[in-house]
Amino acid sequence: MAKKIREEFERWEKTTLQKVISKAKEREPSFKTTSDIEIERLYTPIDLVSMNYCDDLGFPGEFPFTRGVQPTMYRGRFWTMRQYAGFATAEETNRRYKYLLDHGQTGLSVAFDLATQIGYDSDHPLTEGEVGKVGVAIDTLKDMEILFEGIPLDKVSTSMTINATAAILLAMYIAVAEKQGVKADVLQGTIQNDILKEYPARGTYIFPPLESMRIITDIFAFCKDYVPRWNTISISGYHIREAGSSAVQEVAFTLANGIAYVEAAMKAGLDIDSFSSRLSFFFNSHNNFIEEIAKFRSARRLWARIMKGRFKAKKDESCMLRFHTQTAGSTLTAQQPDNNVVRVAFQALAALLGGTQSLHTNSRDEAYALPSEDSVRLALRTQQLVAYESGVADMIDPLGGAYAVETLTNEIEGKALEYIAKIDAMGGAIKAIESGYIQQEIAESAYQYQKEIESKKRIIVGVNQFQVEEEPLKDILRIRPEVEQYQKGKLARVKNERDHGKVKETLATLKKAAQGAENLVPPILEAVRVYATLGEISDTLREVFGEYKER
Amino acid sequence: MVSSEFRRDCSELLLGGVMRKIRVLIAKPGLDGHDRGAKVISRALRDAGMEVIYTGIRQTPEQISNAAIQEGVDVVGLSCLSGAHNTLFPKVVQLLKEKAAEDILVLGGGIVPADDIPGLKRSGIREIFQPGASTEEIIKYIQENVKV
Repeated sequence: MAKKIREEFERWEKTTLQKVISKAKEREPSFKTTSDIEIERLYTPIDLVSMNYCDDLGFPGEFPFTRGVQPTMYRGRFWTMRQYAGFATAEETNRRYKYLLDHGQTGLSVAFDLATQIGYDSDHPLTEGEVGKVGVAIDTLKDMEILFEGIPLDKVSTSMTINATAAILLAMYIAVAEKQGVKADVLQGTIQNDILKEYPARGTYIFPPLESMRIITDIFAFCKDYVPRWNTISISGYHIREAGSSAVQEVAFTLANGIAYVEAAMKAGLDIDSFSSRLSFFFNSHNNFIEEIAKFRSARRLWARIMKGRFKAKKDESCMLRFHTQTAGSTLTAQQPDNNVVRVAFQALAALLGGTQSLHTNSRDEAYALPSEDSVRLALRTQQLVAYESGVADMIDPLGGAYAVETLTNEIEGKALEYIAKIDAMGGAIKAIESGYIQQEIAESAYQYQKEIESKKRIIVGVNQFQVEEEPLKDILRIRPEVEQYQKGKLARVKNERDHGKVKETLATLKKAAQGAENLVPPILEAVRVYATLGEISDTLREVFGEYKER
Repeated sequence: MVSSEFRRDCSELLLGGVMRKIRVLIAKPGLDGHDRGAKVISRALRDAGMEVIYTGIRQTPEQISNAAIQEGVDVVGLSCLSGAHNTLFPKVVQLLKEKAAEDILVLGGGIVPADDIPGLKRSGIREIFQPGASTEEIIKYIQENVKV
């Protein structure tokens, strides 16, 4: 069979193709994906001769999960439509959440401001100008109570983009649930809790890597016993890609970080099958449609193989790469913002053809500011259009078996594995980050990408071709400057009303725990319950762990 | 430590005082950690023959203005994607003025809505480059506006 196809392929190249190509050259001498993978003109069964269906693809819900993690995928239920949202105060964000839930969003995703992410209260001098800007400001449990007011925490699942201070925000979430009469063991959601990608991308670290890893493994251990339905980490390639990496680097660096977390947890004495099923992932959906679909599929297969082969996981759930996707923010243009709606639709479709478990679609105006209510609704509608009108959700992995998709899936897996081997040789992801290797790799890709745009090797519609004279976008969301004062006032009131003796006591207990080896989550929970502030808790840990300084 | 003024004088002497390289400080004020743009621009300016110092993330306006003076730069490029630009950018200009270094050309970039640009310019930021700006544009602007 393969022989016959090969002969026919060669014949076609020499005759039909040659006739055309000798007269009219193709657009480019060669075509490449973002990961520098050479794209063939045509893929055929010849490219897949060494593929073994059962080992390499298998069936949905079974190892190696190439075709999807659930046996019915979107025929069972659609992915979770989860728009990342948060701005200004807990009061305003609470209203936005209710608006999104009213319009059919199925899960919450909390964006925190930078002060909250880096462990400063809103009255800290370093937070000047930042309070409430990129997300909601949370100083104490009081703010979290307001944020989820009227939202039953036993009914929604909540994802929180929080890393260095993840333990504090998780503790606050548990404490709010308690006040609603909801027990921790029914809570569903995710904390990002992925500190390793913060050093080379995104930048919201506080403590040095090893101390950060201790907090993370403490969270794994705590949740396994008390919050068993919670995703304890969302190992994120999203920001690595936003920082400029290629698709292959996104997979490789993310899974290398994943390996580091698994190793840290095992070193802390956790059994591989006791925590691995709660690991989750987060990827970017970028412009190169086929490469992206292949990327999701290859990440799923590669992780499954790593968990089984390298870590000897016994349970299939431990090998399952479940992931959230966000469309690529860095592809949004300030020029002709309506074009972004179309970009986002393609990126969303790629994520869904790649089998994502949940999705955030970006809004058209995000090259200017946080999205307006209307833009967010359109972004959510984009997902609903794919779900209800396109028909792609009615079958599982519809592009599985496509010669091009399977070939790229294989190539991305192979190239990612090469990177992982290189990182292993350096002593693992933490070492590779500390030495600056990951940062250099990402910066190099980012620079090449920009050069391609400026040399017009890469066309961005509306930016370096098809430009028009246009007015700047109107009606963008503005964070009122009064937010900072309002938030500071609220913080002062809470501080005034709380029991200072208890705050002091719980912080002292936390400090002792940090100096020793006991799990940090219970003392943090005690502290948030008595309204110790996020800044006070972070400072207590800073005193013991120190702070990371960029090299 | 050899003062940057001294080094600058030396390099001017060596280069005959006319061919001195333009010195640029690229800085990230505030808590924003998104520095893809800052790094890309740093490298593009370097490739265009300028001497570039990148501060790294999470710098206060005080740290930035001090570094600008210590390093004897001609240009400070501020990058902020968190929306804190209206607070942080003018502060850098203000501090440079207080330190008698108002001759340093201060530029800004990041997620800056068009409505904010006139206010920023009034406060002394000479130009704001929005998303989609090319490094070529920025290089050209600096070359035309810095006298060496």
